[in-house]
Amino acid sequence: MSLLGNPTVRVSGGIVLFIALVALLGPFLSPNDYLSTNFDELLSPPSFDGARFFGTDDLGRDLFVRTMLGIRVTLVVAIVASLVSLVIGVAYGAIAGFVGGRVDAAMMRVVDTLYALPFIFFVILLMVVFERNLLLIFVAIGAVNWLDMARIVRGQTLSLREREFVAAARLMGVSPARIVFRHIAPNLIGIVVVYVTLTIPQAILVESFLSFLGLGVQEPQTSLGALVDAGVNQMEGASWTLLIPGGLLALILMCFNFLGDGLRDVFDARHVS
Amino acid sequence: MSLLELEKLSIRYGNTTVVDNLGFTVGEGESVGLVGESGSGKSQTALAILGLSPRGARVSGNIRFAGSDLAELSQRELDKLRARRIGIAFQDPSQALNPYLRVGRQLREILVRHGIAKGKDADREVMAMLERVGLPDTERQFRAYPHQLSGGMRQRVMLASALIAQPELLIADEPTTALDVTVQAQILDLLEEIRDNTALLLITHDLGIVAGHCERMLVLEKGRLVDAGATTALFASPGHAHTRALLAAAPRIDTSDIPDAVHGKSILGVESATISYEERGSRRLHAVSDVDLSLHVGETLAIVGESGSGKSSLVSAILGLVPMESGCVIYAGSELNGPVERRGKRQARELQLVFQDPIGALNPQMRVRSLVGEPLVVHETQLSSRQRLGRVTEALEQVGLDAGYLERFPHELSGGQAQRVAIARALILRPNVLVCDEAVAALDGSVRQQVLSLLRQVQDETGLAIIFISHDLAVVRSISHRVLVMYMGRFVEVAENDALFRHPRHPYTRALIEAVPVPDPLAPPRKAPLQGEVPSLLKPPPGCVFHPRCPLASDVCRQSCPDARDIDGTRVACHHAN
Repeated sequence: MSLLGNPTVRVSGGIVLFIALVALLGPFLSPNDYLSTNFDELLSPPSFDGARFFGTDDLGRDLFVRTMLGIRVTLVVAIVASLVSLVIGVAYGAIAGFVGGRVDAAMMRVVDTLYALPFIFFVILLMVVFERNLLLIFVAIGAVNWLDMARIVRGQTLSLREREFVAAARLMGVSPARIVFRHIAPNLIGIVVVYVTLTIPQAILVESFLSFLGLGVQEPQTSLGALVDAGVNQMEGASWTLLIPGGLLALILMCFNFLGDGLRDVFDARHVS
Repeated sequence: MSLLELEKLSIRYGNTTVVDNLGFTVGEGESVGLVGESGSGKSQTALAILGLSPRGARVSGNIRFAGSDLAELSQRELDKLRARRIGIAFQDPSQALNPYLRVGRQLREILVRHGIAKGKDADREVMAMLERVGLPDTERQFRAYPHQLSGGMRQRVMLASALIAQPELLIADEPTTALDVTVQAQILDLLEEIRDNTALLLITHDLGIVAGHCERMLVLEKGRLVDAGATTALFASPGHAHTRALLAAAPRIDTSDIPDAVHGKSILGVESATISYEERGSRRLHAVSDVDLSLHVGETLAIVGESGSGKSSLVSAILGLVPMESGCVIYAGSELNGPVERRGKRQARELQLVFQDPIGALNPQMRVRSLVGEPLVVHETQLSSRQRLGRVTEALEQVGLDAGYLERFPHELSGGQAQRVAIARALILRPNVLVCDEAVAALDGSVRQQVLSLLRQVQDETGLAIIFISHDLAVVRSISHRVLVMYMGRFVEVAENDALFRHPRHPYTRALIEAVPVPDPLAPPRKAPLQGEVPSLLKPPPGCVFHPRCPLASDVCRQSCPDARDIDGTRVACHHAN
């Protein structure tokens, strides 16, 4: 496995891990917490005094701790949503592709129909109708993303099913279940891993977008999107409230995208050579 | 002065040297063959001459064309040189022609671009060229897109585009490798005919083609020039061991070293097999129509025919990979029905298949150990993993691979090694019948020889019955006991090896045999025995399907389909056979 041999994977993966680690441990090491307001320090700029590395917001809350908290929420939402889409998408796509015929046609028409729904609108409706909570956000974002995953997995399964090594396995008397698990599934892993890493930034973006609209996580909880939303209002005069969470959001997105590209190179190389 | 001069040409990718210190010349009007196995650097050399080396290649040395050093030319001057003075024909015309441009327009562009002709004159010249390369109905072909032409027609267009500017040098890189043998013969004839005074650098792995078409030959081994000289002289007394090895490995259709006849009892039979596939617009494509076959213990039955003859469909149906519309398969006295999954474990143990593309037939995510061991996991569940490993090692040894290969992935194997792994997997359950579907077509001469002798050896030891599908008659001649010929899914002829090659009764069999290039420069030149190409299976000709191309065709052939008849031990389906 030359996963770590690929510099793109190494660097972008390293940055993501580092950010995640700091987000996990940072709040414990900081003397401040995410809730307490301090009206003597409204919108104070970043400084090392009192460990206000990222400054404070308009309620005097410590932005470093809040940002770390936001990263946690954003990453968890993104990863869980991607896993939801992974599980639904892979199962759905693999069944459609392997069974084929009418089952495949019916299942894919369902996907086509769902594609036609304006999903962001659907998610917003969900948020408005039900009480807002994190779980719902996971489900909503996962529900948007599994369609692409299902299509990709189905296409891949269809082409794998026609490959000669599958015919060879059939001739050897290998059972259909063993063909799916031993022969087809391992050949799907590459593309699925790559696609999941590319789904995570999409999920992050949707979550940020919802939070920016005020439909995401509830105060006093926060996420990067919610922080950017708050920062926009203080953009003049207290630019750090926008630039720091915004910059981190961009960095995380970029790293995941690079990670996905890097992984694709790694897996492609194994198939081509 | 020579037209093309290469001096100390080296091509490197990173630390790998693919062409090493290569030097040769091609004189004006001369035809030179560049031969070698895959990976010997033949194509890399051609690309370097054209200045088309892929990115990452480091090219050093001198390439002089008509006195000027190509390295010193600007991109512009190089563009002028290519197509105008050096023409190129690639192996796969479907890749080398632009699918979005009409044929006429692609040829015309060469004339206009190099200022040779324009407007109506250019059109006329293109039309004349298309006619010279033997395209029927040039008006229509002028306006056709490449995908509307058959493979042979496309290669004709490719040659037309290479020669339309009347270059001084034509580089042809495996120009007939992707074509059927009868079409190959036509294209080679055409090449001779229209080349005039253009010098030819012909890159090929087929010594038969070099023998018939090149005055001089150059032998490459791993990027080095190991032998060069007049073709006749080199064939008579090869200077280098590698040339000798290549010549020895070249299968010859006129060989007398053929397997002795065997007399085993029948093990597998097929009766009036018919296979059809649904095509777009609910038309049915009859891939195989009413074909019989029988196979005996210890025997190799070859099935030959051009692409579309139905040979692969027939064995796929025998093995239950595709459904048969009618007919039956009888194995060891009992009938095999339905898809392979419903045939029970007995077939899976006793009938095995080796595919053409060895890498594709091995799961890329599995190591050799589990690939070869999988049949045991499925069928011999009582084995401990230790015993299984022992059997796997044994099977690998049988095909000449040591235990060092156990942990490799398929992409870490060469084509020949991968094919041996596939054969080891097919043989590990000690099957009674082995089907080889073009199993040696993708292999180089020496490796092919090894695989063939391996099969013969296993057969001698175990009485394995082999169905050997091949388009290469020279290979068939050297391995098979009996030969079945098919054309457009129909039975043509079946006979003992020697009877078929010495006295072919069907005109199609005769043509197939005559079309094979003989690796002997002294053999008298032969014209392509058949004109035209295989018609579409969707619109088979009425009567005998072969009649449009048959030299013996008469009224009866156009009206009725011939029944198979027995003549002196040969079974043949032709009205005129005797």
